[in-house]
Amino acid sequence: MSERIDAAFADGPAFVPYLAAGDPDYEASLAYVEALDRGGADVIELGLPFSEPIAEGPTIQGAVVRALDAGMTPERFFEFVADLDVEAPLVCMTYYNLIYQYWGSADRSEARAANASGETASEEGPRPFVERAAEVGLEGFVVPDLPAEEAAPLREACDEFGLDLIFIVAPTTRGERLQRIMDRVSGYVYVQARLGTTGARDDVSDQTGASLERLREWDVPKAVGFGIKTGEHAERIVAAGADGIIVGSALVDIVAEGHEEGRPVEETATRLEALARELAAGAERGARRRGEDAPEPEQP
Amino acid sequence: MPALSELEDAYERYVLENEDGFVDEFRERLRDFGGRPTPLQRADGLSERYGREVYLKREDLVHGGAHKLNNALGQVLLATYMGKERIIAETGAGQHGTATAMACAHLDMPCEVYMGRTDVNRQRPNVFRMRINGAEVNPVDVGRGTLKEAISETMRDWSRTVERTHYVIGSVVGPHPFPAMVRDFQAVISEEAREQVIEKTGGLPDAVVACAGGGSNTMGSFAEFVPDEDVALHAVEAGGSSLDVDEEAGVAPNSASLSTGAEGVLHGARTKLLQDSHGQIMESHSVSAGLDYAGVGPELAHLVETGRVTPATVDDEAALEAFHRLSTAEGIIPALESAHALAYLEAADERGVDLGETVVVTVSGRGDKDLETVIEETEKRGLESAPDMRVFEGGLR
Ligand SMILES: Cc1ncc(COP(=O)(O)O)c(C=O)c1O
Repeated sequence: MSERIDAAFADGPAFVPYLAAGDPDYEASLAYVEALDRGGADVIELGLPFSEPIAEGPTIQGAVVRALDAGMTPERFFEFVADLDVEAPLVCMTYYNLIYQYWGSADRSEARAANASGETASEEGPRPFVERAAEVGLEGFVVPDLPAEEAAPLREACDEFGLDLIFIVAPTTRGERLQRIMDRVSGYVYVQARLGTTGARDDVSDQTGASLERLREWDVPKAVGFGIKTGEHAERIVAAGADGIIVGSALVDIVAEGHEEGRPVEETATRLEALARELAAGAERGARRRGEDAPEPEQP
Repeated sequence: MPALSELEDAYERYVLENEDGFVDEFRERLRDFGGRPTPLQRADGLSERYGREVYLKREDLVHGGAHKLNNALGQVLLATYMGKERIIAETGAGQHGTATAMACAHLDMPCEVYMGRTDVNRQRPNVFRMRINGAEVNPVDVGRGTLKEAISETMRDWSRTVERTHYVIGSVVGPHPFPAMVRDFQAVISEEAREQVIEKTGGLPDAVVACAGGGSNTMGSFAEFVPDEDVALHAVEAGGSSLDVDEEAGVAPNSASLSTGAEGVLHGARTKLLQDSHGQIMESHSVSAGLDYAGVGPELAHLVETGRVTPATVDDEAALEAFHRLSTAEGIIPALESAHALAYLEAADERGVDLGETVVVTVSGRGDKDLETVIEETEKRGLESAPDMRVFEGGLR
């Protein structure tokens, strides 16, 4: 388990921003992630772009396409992580095929041919990816298309290298499935605030309280995401009991806008930092309200 | 996905155990609404040409013009048993969308279909048919705008609406229980074909040939023959314009995932996929929209791996030639998807593969939807085997 992630949730609510690595290009993206760090990120979720991002709404799909077009690959991603100068621990958010298909330094076509002819069993499965992730200093993974039932190999590799495996719990997740996730999750649990794909919304779902209630007994921090956009949303979610807030699309929107309007990288970075501060401050206010035994959070 | 456990439960109860008489109602509707059983027809012209007995399983005669109705009707009916209120589906060739739209109109369910923009443009007759049956058609602009993008988009819709919506997947792909359930709904093809071929020839065929996109027609055509070890099973994939890939551009000019793909995970299934060396899924290509998918059903991939099913590829041009051959020799205009299977009769001979005395080929659908594409592609290639399309005063278009 990552001690750095534990620490990030230990004192006060955690602000967990997301950006797709390499969006819109490698250099700008480094500056953007570093801006979030300056803005008060406690953990940063970095998207490793996959060609079929089925859990994402249009905003993050756009980011993924820009990053892929600019040449992002798993290996470039690891270089990107190594190049980053940030305080916050980093979590990789990606899809299982990229983890499963990573063969480390082995030549894939040779390895494949050898495997097919039954010569050398080369290393298939998640271990080489996790090993490389640990090497560049990543602390964990979120893999939206990997069900807990199929997660044993990745869980094992994460245990071996001391990384966290974070699962997403949807409002509809119940019964045995919830139990299986509880048995496998570490670091924090990603509580989906509402059904559907990622994307910023103008209100925050009132399902949050009920979702958190179901996980009350779990001894991992609960970070709520999907649709958080403003400091005020952050405040309400934390006041409702969340240990952290995850914000992606609202930040990616700033990157997209900067890219479309041809803004200088510094200007977009400044905007990102400002929204990060607003969100982190909102989360703090939410925690104080909770401390003061504040009135029930208003319904959106 | 809780929706999947709910579906798995419904599949086991209704489909496998016939709870509330689901299977009986399904069979009755397949017969009365769907027009089953379809004939197994001896193809005289082709039999003579290839010097063997060629039998055609005529899924083109199913209501809607393709095998796709078997599955769509099964799933929409199941959704009514599950108390769902809304149906969504993806479609490539538009055949599955059309079948779903028809089943929805028949069973009084609202229906929305996601379809890649490229496919909307090349399969217009089916877009009209879906609309006329009352379905909404949502074009998908992501990527190259074909089937895999449509599937991703439908999954996104489902993740927002699972509580009242059933997603009718169009092939033996996606997460469990879809591959097994779709196979069961399509197994009626081989169930009938097996009985019919025994009745007509007194025995089992030497080979069964079917085209594979996602693999529902293939699995349906093979299912009841799998235990008959002496019956060779051939899955014919789209070789497109070439079996080479352009890794840089992220495109495979074919859809031959069984023959050239590598194992990976997509849309909730571990199976053979067209992917680059990093694990990014590649755009596929086929002249026939219904075969244009970067993956294939996991069970079919497994049957190939264990040697029970032989994969083969047929390129765009050979499929077009077979399209014309069947049309002129037998008076049946096949779907371009099915034309791949028919082309294999010719290709097998050329490649020295002996299909034996008696061959069953599934004509998975009829080709009306493909006429625009066929005319254009035939002209472009100057195919000699095809009739001249320009003979009409003023041209066709
Ligand atoms: C007529 C026809 N045949 C075959 C296919 C291929 O799909 P599958 O391999 O799932 O049968 C399609 C798909 O749309 C089709 O329309």
